Amino acid sequence: MSGRPTVGWLQGGRLHLQHGPIDLILTVEGPGRTQALQAAQDRFETVLDVLVTELDHLTVSYAGHRFQGPIAQRMAKAVAPLAQDHFVTPMAAVAGAVADEVLAAMRPHDLNKTIVNNGGDVAFHLTDDQEFTSFSPIGSVVVPADSPVRGIATSGWRGRSQSRGIADAVTVLADTAARADAAATLIANAVDLPDHPAITRVKAQAVEAIPQLGARSVTSAVGALGASDRADALDAGQRYAASLVANGLIAGAALLLQGETRVTGWSGIATRPVPDLS
Amino acid sequence: MTAPAKIRCDACPVMCYIAPGRAGACDRYANQDGQIIRVDPLTILDRRIAKGDAVKPFLKADWDGMSASGDDVAVSAIGAGTTYPDYKPAPFIVSRQIDGVDAVTVVTEAIFSYCGVKVKIDTDRHIGRETATVRANGEVIGHVMTAEYGSQMLSLGGVEHLTGGSKAEGRATCAALLALCNKEEVELTIDGGSTLRVAAGQPPVVDGETEVRMRVGCGSATIGMFASQWKGHVDEVVVVDDHITGVVSEHQAGKVIDWPDTGIRIKGHRSTPGRYFKVAEPGRGWGGTDIDDPLAILGDWRPAKGARPGLTLLMVSTTGEHAGYYVLDDDLVPQSKPMPEVLQASVDLIAENCEPARATVLFMGGAGGSLRSGVTENPIRLTRSVQGEVTRVTLGGVPAYVWPGGGITVMVDVAQLPDNAFGYVPTPALVAPLEFTVPMAEYQALGGHAGAVRDLQDVLDHGGAYGADAQVIGTKE
Repeated sequence: MSGRPTVGWLQGGRLHLQHGPIDLILTVEGPGRTQALQAAQDRFETVLDVLVTELDHLTVSYAGHRFQGPIAQRMAKAVAPLAQDHFVTPMAAVAGAVADEVLAAMRPHDLNKTIVNNGGDVAFHLTDDQEFTSFSPIGSVVVPADSPVRGIATSGWRGRSQSRGIADAVTVLADTAARADAAATLIANAVDLPDHPAITRVKAQAVEAIPQLGARSVTSAVGALGASDRADALDAGQRYAASLVANGLIAGAALLLQGETRVTGWSGIATRPVPDLS
Repeated sequence: MTAPAKIRCDACPVMCYIAPGRAGACDRYANQDGQIIRVDPLTILDRRIAKGDAVKPFLKADWDGMSASGDDVAVSAIGAGTTYPDYKPAPFIVSRQIDGVDAVTVVTEAIFSYCGVKVKIDTDRHIGRETATVRANGEVIGHVMTAEYGSQMLSLGGVEHLTGGSKAEGRATCAALLALCNKEEVELTIDGGSTLRVAAGQPPVVDGETEVRMRVGCGSATIGMFASQWKGHVDEVVVVDDHITGVVSEHQAGKVIDWPDTGIRIKGHRSTPGRYFKVAEPGRGWGGTDIDDPLAILGDWRPAKGARPGLTLLMVSTTGEHAGYYVLDDDLVPQSKPMPEVLQASVDLIAENCEPARATVLFMGGAGGSLRSGVTENPIRLTRSVQGEVTRVTLGGVPAYVWPGGGITVMVDVAQLPDNAFGYVPTPALVAPLEFTVPMAEYQALGGHAGAVRDLQDVLDHGGAYGADAQVIGTKE
């Protein structure tokens, strides 16, 4: 089987970089485009190989470990302020940190708009009147160049990673994709109804492909919830999200649970209704 | 009890431990029955290896590649990936030779906002009134439509339920359609009717009871098929059927073999001699009626027309599932008696001649709008070429029926597609593999994206935009 990174072109001149569980889609515009894309490919070559060398420390509760690799360091930095009062492993920020790192590799080049999408967790850079548009539970998000937001990430129990909560999706805006990624994970965990009979949970070790949560339970199914249950769970998540906004750790969060949404922060960011794709 | 062991995947440096039935961190590789498999790769359907066997996946490396340019190999859109909007060329445009003619197949996973399924449920049982609402998880997803021969029909999905109603309705509709198209079981409830569990190709379950047999014919047809076998063994036969109940002594099929009158009287509307409508209400009893005692459909016996003590009577349903044998007593009242062996054999023969009851699912969708632009720069020409039967449309390698008239509206039996061929997007809409195959010259005339055409071997070697792996599977033919 192919164990090496692959590179491919997508329609619209986007570059697809893939290695193992990492899928990056790069959208790059500007005079330095060719050199920037080459720099991204060069940087990507070793991303996964270096990450896995420190996997043992990345998959346990963060307690100040000093990492060697630059991406592992980004992960640690993203989770450090969150780890003070919550269980969190640096892996909670892995997708965002990879996106941030590849974005950083392209920054020296002359670009108007740079987007690194790592499976929905996105790092981006904008200049002048450029905008970045993405999806969120409350519609399309439009981030202008003058916003400090440079990362967006989404987490939920239906997603690729295991969640300890019941949010269908939590989308977070932050100054880096790594911070957005980690915060989305923890806010999604906080949207929860402990011991509720409609929620099925399993021990993480039964389902995790990369062991990190061990005997902690993760959500495997969520039945239909009543309005007051939905409100309780969203309240819990929103309280935590609001504390992160208040502490300046994230710029905003949008929470989705069974059709109901909440928004915290999000100032200066326009949203548009979800477009009709038909 | 110990859980089955996880296995270690060596597809990349992460070296995931994958539990049975689950995918690795990448969602690309999974543990299927203790083996690591590639999930959802570009699928090649190889007719050469089809010998009526079930579909059997194997990796590209196991394939000799010999027919890479021949008619034996169809490239399927399953796992091809998709692009939206579609004004850029579809993910794969593959050239190959079919019967010596250069042809191209345009392969994409199409997003169908306009789509649904028609479900045919082989049962005589009344499952709900025509136009009754059908629900999944409490949400309205479709309705009961016109019944067909021996079957009840549902029409589910469509744009009104996918995007025209509430978000919850759209999600429930999309989830039910996706499961049905992927041959999974779905529970449906009909307002004022039954609860069903249906899966493509499987016996339907109506109110907790599994349907086994589809009726051999209507009550009248059953009389026609079996009259001569009953002659001489019984004095009267009634085939109980919600649609048309048949009576052998009055029926044309009895008359032609000089079957004597019996003085029987059937409640209900007589259509033509020996054929009765509405002998009871529809239901889940005998022959799709609501009755459990078949004698309830009989009136008083008339001695003037041949009724007499000792006259024998067989009553049977159209599937042979229900049957009773009776003898008139001195007051001309039927009394239940053990079934004579020779009649039991005829009842068994009815059952034997029934086909197995199945639920079948046809996917129906419109490949209109922007999707066509992935194939050609001039979409209307593609529509005309499809309607003119020059361009062939397949879904997952299975030929589709193209509905006449405007647009490209197709129907396909989901049971013929490889497993898990369908996906969805949160719009909500279904994603289905779609292939257009057209002679090269015609393709160029259509304004096709000729610059994007690659040969089949190149696709196998290098893959497309969304990965390089392929699997070759035999088609079920």
